[in-house]
Amino acid sequence: MRNLRLIINREYLARVRNKTFIVMTFLSPLIFVGMILLIAYLSMLNSTEQKIIGIHDESGMFAAEFKDGEQVQYLDYSSKSLATARQEVLENEYFGLIHISKIESSFGKPEVEFFGKDTPGFGTVENIEKTISDKLTREQLIAKGIDVSEIDKARADVSVQIQNFAGEQSSKMSNYIKMFFGGAAGYLLMMFIIIYGNMVMRSVIEEKTNRIIEIIVSSVKPFQLLLGKVLGTSLAGLTQFSVWIILGTVLLFGISSFLGIDPTAARSPASAGIDNAMKPEINQLVIDILKLPYASLLSFFVIYFIGGYFLYSAIYAAIGAAVDSETDTQQFMFPIILPLILGIYVGFFSVVENPHGTVSTIFSIIPLTSPIVMLMRIPFGVPWWEIAISIALLIATNFAVLWLSAKIYRVGILMYGKKPSYKELYKWLKY
Amino acid sequence: MENLLVAENVYKRFGNFTALNNVSINIPKESIFGLLGPNGAGKTTFLRIINQITMPDEGEIYLDGRPLQPDDIAHIGYLPEERGLYKSMKVGEQALYLARLKGLSRAEAKERLNYWFKRLDIEAWWDKKIQELSKGMAQKVQFVITVLHRPKLLIFDEPFSGFDPVNANLIKDEILQLKKEGATILFSTHRMESVEELCEYIALIHKSNKLLDGRVSDIKKEYKSNTFEVGLHAQDEETLLRELEEKFQTGPARFKSIQDDLKISIKLKEKESSNDLLQYLLSRARVNHFVEVIPSVNDIFIKTVTQNA
Repeated sequence: MRNLRLIINREYLARVRNKTFIVMTFLSPLIFVGMILLIAYLSMLNSTEQKIIGIHDESGMFAAEFKDGEQVQYLDYSSKSLATARQEVLENEYFGLIHISKIESSFGKPEVEFFGKDTPGFGTVENIEKTISDKLTREQLIAKGIDVSEIDKARADVSVQIQNFAGEQSSKMSNYIKMFFGGAAGYLLMMFIIIYGNMVMRSVIEEKTNRIIEIIVSSVKPFQLLLGKVLGTSLAGLTQFSVWIILGTVLLFGISSFLGIDPTAARSPASAGIDNAMKPEINQLVIDILKLPYASLLSFFVIYFIGGYFLYSAIYAAIGAAVDSETDTQQFMFPIILPLILGIYVGFFSVVENPHGTVSTIFSIIPLTSPIVMLMRIPFGVPWWEIAISIALLIATNFAVLWLSAKIYRVGILMYGKKPSYKELYKWLKY
Repeated sequence: MENLLVAENVYKRFGNFTALNNVSINIPKESIFGLLGPNGAGKTTFLRIINQITMPDEGEIYLDGRPLQPDDIAHIGYLPEERGLYKSMKVGEQALYLARLKGLSRAEAKERLNYWFKRLDIEAWWDKKIQELSKGMAQKVQFVITVLHRPKLLIFDEPFSGFDPVNANLIKDEILQLKKEGATILFSTHRMESVEELCEYIALIHKSNKLLDGRVSDIKKEYKSNTFEVGLHAQDEETLLRELEEKFQTGPARFKSIQDDLKISIKLKEKESSNDLLQYLLSRARVNHFVEVIPSVNDIFIKTVTQNA
């Protein structure tokens, strides 16, 4: 135990004192916050920009339907000829010109054209089409002698209230919130595994290339060294994460209040459409967010975080021991990255669609993907026995993989000048 | 004499390859023991087994009469052939770390390191990083780390490689001093002149088998062939030579002398003694040179290895 503590201590200090590590620790939050503020700033610019669009409506039926908004202003050119209208829009550098051809009766179909320097955005085009077709539909209904005001009155809006059998209400948005929490946790775990797993691997390779490994294993058991390395590196990782979170939060709110930029504006595309009618929905959302089972979320996050990280770090360490230099690791990298990517894909495609479907369930039990997929499923509520099986399997696999890795590690660290194949690794297991 | 380390019938296989085949070696207390053998003979595997880095498939190792235990690493100092230090760590810091891994307390390790650094005149390196030192300098630090915890058994694998002659001598003197203070030293090397100079006992491993072991003087006695090199001065050297060739089994001799002598090596039969030969020669000529041929360790090494090739 004393030696393990010494090793953890050294590994931790070696990581933390590394110049790149220090730079990344303090620079990353700056870059991250800078990006968020830039996006927020740009989307603020975007929303204050006003487009001016000219309308040339030959029948005079539609021009009045285009209402000025915050971002768009319409100018009526119907009284002028199309050629003059185009000329003027071009000279004034307006955004574009809508031309609507003449129709004989309400049942005709006008030809609609848009002239502009740039291609208009998807939303703009859709808005133009909707305005014209709505007007046309109304006109046709009136022409057929139907009272349009009756139809307006009869239009009913239905909103589904989601409740579970226990009578708890939840909002439609709450699935997205759960997805957000689960996805963030799974993604964070994957990043952690890749970044710090690589660090463990590099540190194993370093000891091999420095030829210090045999001096160390004559004092401590290789397994102790392996364990100390994984633990020390993870502590360094946690330190870095904590600094990122604290520094990031302080910077984000400090700078944004200093510059007067609202960081939440970065999320505006999603929240822009929320108006008064959605207020109850938002209240429900807040209740939902508050109602998420944070205690269990956090404890499962910790369990899967540790389990997943250990599992992969042990594999990374074994790879590091098997090779002589980092360039030789390529052939072994793919099998590690594959389950991680698979976990993320299954999470974002299958879990969103159906959190309790067969695919999601299976992948949340297979140990190599379970840390990521299960973390994504947990906010949706997972039966306790599924979690129990998944965790039990993860722990069992952890022991098995640690044992196998330790064997490869023990042989590999003393092998120089060979680029091993999988077949050779298998042979090492039997030494 | 009591043995510090006893290896009994040790086997080690890696897959189909046998690295050690029934090797038994006894290392007497407070001796300097040379482990010899060509590259790939299994020496390093044997040293790793003593250090419990790898486990033997069969056989037992005893240290001080008891089977080897994990705690025994505190009594062993090992300087491996493949050795190095952390490049980016400061010399003093990593010396402290490695000493503490061997079980020393921080204060104890610091005190002993100060002593050794002063003794080898390397105090100025304490705050330097290994990458700023030369290979020989780093080797000195490694030597200090190996002996710092005052182990009963010191194992050096090619200790002099990488040292210039001055520093090699310095380290040699330190090793002799450690022996005087009661340590037992196990050497693994190809450099026969250092074996000749230092070792009292040797064992020769070749192709996973131990071919030979024991006290150097005993082995030499066993390998000597009752042959003498003589330098003679006589009136008529040609007649004398013919006479000697008829009477004894002779051969060429290679010793150097400033006299323009008749040089010849004479192999005696088992019952003949050197005195008889000398008396005979004295009656025929003036004897300038009369030396028994003692095989060098190098000769024994080459002879044994080629015989078993």
